[in-house]
Amino acid sequence: MPFAQVACHECDLLESVPPLDQHATLKCRRCGAVIYRRRPDSIQRTLALTIAGLVLFVVTNVYPFLGFEIQGTAIHTTLLEGVRILYVAGDWPVAAVVLVTAVLAPLFQLLAMMSVVLPLYFDRRPWDVGGVFRAIQHLRPWSMLEVFMLGILVTVVKLSKMATIIPGPALWSFAVLIVVVTAASSTFDPVEVWRRLEDERP
Amino acid sequence: MTHAANAKQLGLTSCHNCELLVHLSPTPENTRTLCPRCGTAVHFRKPNSLSRTWALLLAAAVLYIPANVLPISEVSALGSVQADTILSGVIYFIQAGEWPIALVIFVASVFVPLLKLIALTYLLLSVQLKSRWRPKDRTRLYRIVETVGRWSMVDIYVITIMAALVHVGVLANFAAGPAAVFFAGVVVLTMFAAMSFDPRLIWDSME
Repeated sequence: MPFAQVACHECDLLESVPPLDQHATLKCRRCGAVIYRRRPDSIQRTLALTIAGLVLFVVTNVYPFLGFEIQGTAIHTTLLEGVRILYVAGDWPVAAVVLVTAVLAPLFQLLAMMSVVLPLYFDRRPWDVGGVFRAIQHLRPWSMLEVFMLGILVTVVKLSKMATIIPGPALWSFAVLIVVVTAASSTFDPVEVWRRLEDERP
Repeated sequence: MTHAANAKQLGLTSCHNCELLVHLSPTPENTRTLCPRCGTAVHFRKPNSLSRTWALLLAAAVLYIPANVLPISEVSALGSVQADTILSGVIYFIQAGEWPIALVIFVASVFVPLLKLIALTYLLLSVQLKSRWRPKDRTRLYRIVETVGRWSMVDIYVITIMAALVHVGVLANFAAGPAAVFFAGVVVLTMFAAMSFDPRLIWDSME
């Protein structure tokens, strides 16, 4: 086992770690915090999901996600167009928050996970795993795709009385992207990564 | 089973990045110990947790006022401008019979930010007063604050999408109001505040 003992990061209880199989979740016995989750075939699955995620990410940001038709005129919009309009209107801090939480954070989250699992899949040593893990930990709370989806739903209901809403191709890829990013980050297993790296060490 | 011990009392802490158990000598606060495995700076507790969290929380509380008083969106149609605050938007949807939307906006934009401000203030006070009351539930409260915070961003996204769709002036022109910036500030600052709070402090008073 990689570690025989671990301190709970929420209540600091020192726990001994039983040998965990690949489906196990270790919870703190004092405060109930999840210390870690093991995942089966973590490297292969995360790699597959991050590749799928990057493809969906491109589709989502290139195609319009929502269109709206009124008196014969149709207007379509993409995610980045919304950010650009806020920026042009002078609301650049809001534009920046939207750009980071709905576009950049999810993108870097996918790239960061990929930079760890892709080399491991080919039995190479990934570059600066410690730094990449720190980046992933910092990015995670700022990646808000599912909240953006709720925002889309609210807007659709709001506008549905005024005009005809046309769902764009990016809307569907966006919905799948949410599932894929969530699956990738939950199947990503740092314990497994460290185990692989420590086994390699001479 | 030996008696439960806090890692700190044994001079141990888990690296918050890779969970490796690290020996920390009780050196002065300003020397940095790096995790031997992943290179992250390790501490027994998040550095200056209480003062950082207080500072971020107070800043968020200050921004909360203009975020609610000023209009969050402005719709101009046929020469007239209709400005809505977060609350007047909620009331508008209640009157229009759009219960689900009113509920989503109320929970995400009014209830959750207020819950975060109150809950974090309570957690900070309880730690400073060395409360020994229900530490497990207080840890759970912290976990809730940490997870629900992101959902407050919904209104910001709605404004972004509305502005992108309704800006050409076919029917009306929709623009973000001055409160949008303050509201985004409240969400971001309370998220940082939640991150800088260290729930292990709750358990320190139990010793």
